[in-house]
Amino acid sequence: MARPWSEQNHRMPASLFSFEDVVLEADRTRILDGATAEVPDAGITCLVGASGSGKSTLLRLCNRLEVPTSGVVRFRGADVADLEPLAHRRRVGMVFQRPTPFPGTVRDNLQVACPGASDEELGAALERSALPASFLDRVADDLSGGEAQRMCLARTLVTGPQVLLMDEPTSALDASATGMLEELACGVARQGVPVVWVTHDLAQVERIADHRLLVEAGRVSDG
Amino acid sequence: MGEGAIGWDGLAASLVLVVVAVVVSFRRSLGLEGTILWACVRAMVQLLLVGYALAVLIDDDTPVAASWAWVGVMLLFSAVTVQRRAPEVPGAFALALAAMGASATLSLATVFGLGIYPVAPRAIVPIAGMMIGNSISGTVSAARRVIAELSDNHAEVEARLALGQPWSDASRPYVRAALRTALTSQIENTKAVGLVLLPGAMTGLILAGTDPVDAVLVQAAVMFLILGCVATNASVVGIGLTRRLFTSDHRLARVTRRAV
Repeated sequence: MARPWSEQNHRMPASLFSFEDVVLEADRTRILDGATAEVPDAGITCLVGASGSGKSTLLRLCNRLEVPTSGVVRFRGADVADLEPLAHRRRVGMVFQRPTPFPGTVRDNLQVACPGASDEELGAALERSALPASFLDRVADDLSGGEAQRMCLARTLVTGPQVLLMDEPTSALDASATGMLEELACGVARQGVPVVWVTHDLAQVERIADHRLLVEAGRVSDG
Repeated sequence: MGEGAIGWDGLAASLVLVVVAVVVSFRRSLGLEGTILWACVRAMVQLLLVGYALAVLIDDDTPVAASWAWVGVMLLFSAVTVQRRAPEVPGAFALALAAMGASATLSLATVFGLGIYPVAPRAIVPIAGMMIGNSISGTVSAARRVIAELSDNHAEVEARLALGQPWSDASRPYVRAALRTALTSQIENTKAVGLVLLPGAMTGLILAGTDPVDAVLVQAAVMFLILGCVATNASVVGIGLTRRLFTSDHRLARVTRRAV
């Protein structure tokens, strides 16, 4: 039987991620304690909380670098546990707190993410991250902190992710590099790739967040 | 008594050097006198027991199967030793048993398959002993290096996993570095042989009256076998341990290197 018009059209749009009573324990410590939340499928959502509140763990659950002890994490309605992890991680790109350049040149780094990509494709990925294509031949370990973090962003974007997870990506950067990375993330979100950004910096939340979730002692509430 | 035998008198005389070690420990307040004496007594008892057991094993009337059983016992004890020396390595016993079993099989198949030595107790037991004994430190070293590399480069490994790399690709550069380090010491030993190091088998043969050139040939074969064993061990440990450190859904377990 067809559903009534109102039910079909007034359903809430599917969330990007939903956490359903998620508990995560590690080394006898409860990091997440029944976290329940919905991350909207657009714009920049900031997960805000103090150190040790569990916000980074929530982010790592999103691309299955962690799995919950109990509860369910969903990506656009699908249980993340049922998704093929490697394909899921390429859909859900992640930039970490500290830049993680791999040995070799910037080109080598981008080719880890996208083997066989041409220099034109790699150069375009760098330019999306506000780095010139000429950086392809630079040794990754020689980049400044801000450049290295933008290279890591380019390395993630070159996989063509549907979502971008950013785990306190500016915590090791100066104000100028921070501003540039925030601007890039806003640009990515404007292009239709939702961003989930973990931070403890309330001023940063004011600058970039379209939505916010407060993480406290392993639980989540609307910020 | 053979030409190179020293007898009980010779052994007693060599204890002078143990006394030297004890005096050094005492004068320098190292507190190792008891440990030194215990180590020497223990070594003597172990060697005597092994000596008497070997005398039975290599007797012409003893079946070859007894030698193979002895090899099996050596493998078990060496796996226990690895487990004790590297408690931070998950599944160290099974891993060491598999690695040393593989390298012992390879080396003994080479030695006997190519006719380097005849399949006789006099060859099986000492050759297997040398292979397995020399593999213990290599196995411990390879396992520790794999743990250290993956622990030190945890962030990079996770960044690779987050890009969608499978665990085997994500860990490869770090496991390769670990195995290179683990093998380097054996390669350096092989290079130094004869220049700064006269190894045990050769020294023993020369002391026992064998022609030095013949002793060198035996020692060279042993060195090559040990090198092959250590390489086999390292690769089995590298593959097996890395597999254990990742989950089936390509997540890196929390790895902690041992404090030194």
